[in-house]
Amino acid sequence: MRWALAAVIGCASIAAAAVASAEPPAGAAACSGCHPASTRVTSLVPRLAGLDRPVIVRAMEDFRSGKRFATVMDRIAKGFTDDEIQAIAAWYASQR
Amino acid sequence: MKAGRREFLKSAAAVTASAALFAVPAIARGAAPRVVVVGGGFAGASCARALRKTDPSIAVTLVESNATFTACPFSNAVIAGLRELSAQQFTYQRVTADGIAVAPSTATAVDAQARSVTLADGTRLPYDRLVLAPGIDIRWDALPGYDEAAAGQMPHAWKAGEQTLLLRHQLEAMEDGGLVVISAPANPFRCPPGPYERASLIAHYLKTKKPRSKLIVLDAKDAFSKQRLFQSAWNELYPGLLEWVPLSKGGNVTSVDAATRTLVTDFGRHRATVANVIPPQKAGRIADAAGVADRSGWCPIDPVTFESKLVPRIHVIGDAAIAGAMPKSAFAANSQAKTCAAAVARLVTGGSPSVPKLINTCYSLVAPDYGISIAGVYQPSGGQLAEVPGSGGVSPADAPRATRALEAALGESWFRTIAAEAFG
Repeated sequence: MRWALAAVIGCASIAAAAVASAEPPAGAAACSGCHPASTRVTSLVPRLAGLDRPVIVRAMEDFRSGKRFATVMDRIAKGFTDDEIQAIAAWYASQR
Repeated sequence: MKAGRREFLKSAAAVTASAALFAVPAIARGAAPRVVVVGGGFAGASCARALRKTDPSIAVTLVESNATFTACPFSNAVIAGLRELSAQQFTYQRVTADGIAVAPSTATAVDAQARSVTLADGTRLPYDRLVLAPGIDIRWDALPGYDEAAAGQMPHAWKAGEQTLLLRHQLEAMEDGGLVVISAPANPFRCPPGPYERASLIAHYLKTKKPRSKLIVLDAKDAFSKQRLFQSAWNELYPGLLEWVPLSKGGNVTSVDAATRTLVTDFGRHRATVANVIPPQKAGRIADAAGVADRSGWCPIDPVTFESKLVPRIHVIGDAAIAGAMPKSAFAANSQAKTCAAAVARLVTGGSPSVPKLINTCYSLVAPDYGISIAGVYQPSGGQLAEVPGSGGVSPADAPRATRALEAALGESWFRTIAAEAFG
């Protein structure tokens, strides 16, 4: 349900403003401080744009629960709710 | 006059000619909204670019007097001879390529009523919204004996560039067996873990190149960022070499004498071979001129939009802002820049900003292959930016050396990414 809604909102804002790209949901813009937005950057940290939504959601859940090894992502994932993670994942999945 | 500057002045003149129209909101008269960003550091450059990316119809001018930006993060590695200053330096070529007008000048005054910024050459830039990202200025009146001339003898190296190299050269010229003294200021100041990363890397330099030397940190505080991690690493890596003197043990420096490189505390005098005085700081000068700094010297802001609580339509981001629980770091500056850009883009087109969530992640090197980090997630709460309960914190105290090495490498990745966000 949330998903469909996110998709509709995404389409609507793209259609409404040809000049402006869909605005990232709360928290999403901050990720690119470490996860490179630019393809020119060499980094140990993966790019998020274009990753499948469930891949991002699962990673955040596993970081948050401690199931997956982390350096900083465990501490960061704990700052986000399920809804926020879904929105961020959907937005990055729609980016290129 | 350089061609770039001439071109800029021509467009600036055109902008000034239409300044009279500014009583009417940009959107209502169909003109492109104008945003002026002052200061081309991590905050300002990131914000200017994020504005253009969010809404390419916004005309963005970035006011920055330096043709080259010299980054502070990793400049402690330059001081310790582990890195060259050139690796810290970036131009505004790609910022310009994004369609941002870079004004190679200094903002000297702001007329909040007329909504214009005055540059050093007298040019006036009208704005719908103004973003100030002036970073820090040294409070030259705060520590008796420490003025701009004294900084030539006892470098602060808290703005990267010549000061960074001066401190490095003094360390290189010092004989083995010398005494290095760092003085760290009271909160708040730019880069809370910075003095302790610097102490660590200077200790590494002394240990490997001048092992009979000693390093003392005189601190105006009894606690500091990542303290347990730093102190445990110091015990392991630099025993007997690095001594931290907290406020309660006489660490507060009350005056200095540059001629003899002496630091005076309530408890005694320290005559240093090399002295690094990290003095008290305040928001960069234009903040005061614009009336957005309060009596603390820093700028209170709204946590949703980063709009000044003192002057409407002026936003303040980066080290100059009072951002609640967020530290004065390059990552925080970048995160704030993007939040502010999203809010400003909405405001100039008559929309209302959405509630943001921000992040900070900050790496420190204790040795070249030993990194530690602090991270936090922030949201508006009670009129301030507060840490999300249960989130954030520092690297684990018991992490194996392989994790420390990984965090050192991640720190370098982080620098490349954050620099690319602003300049690449």
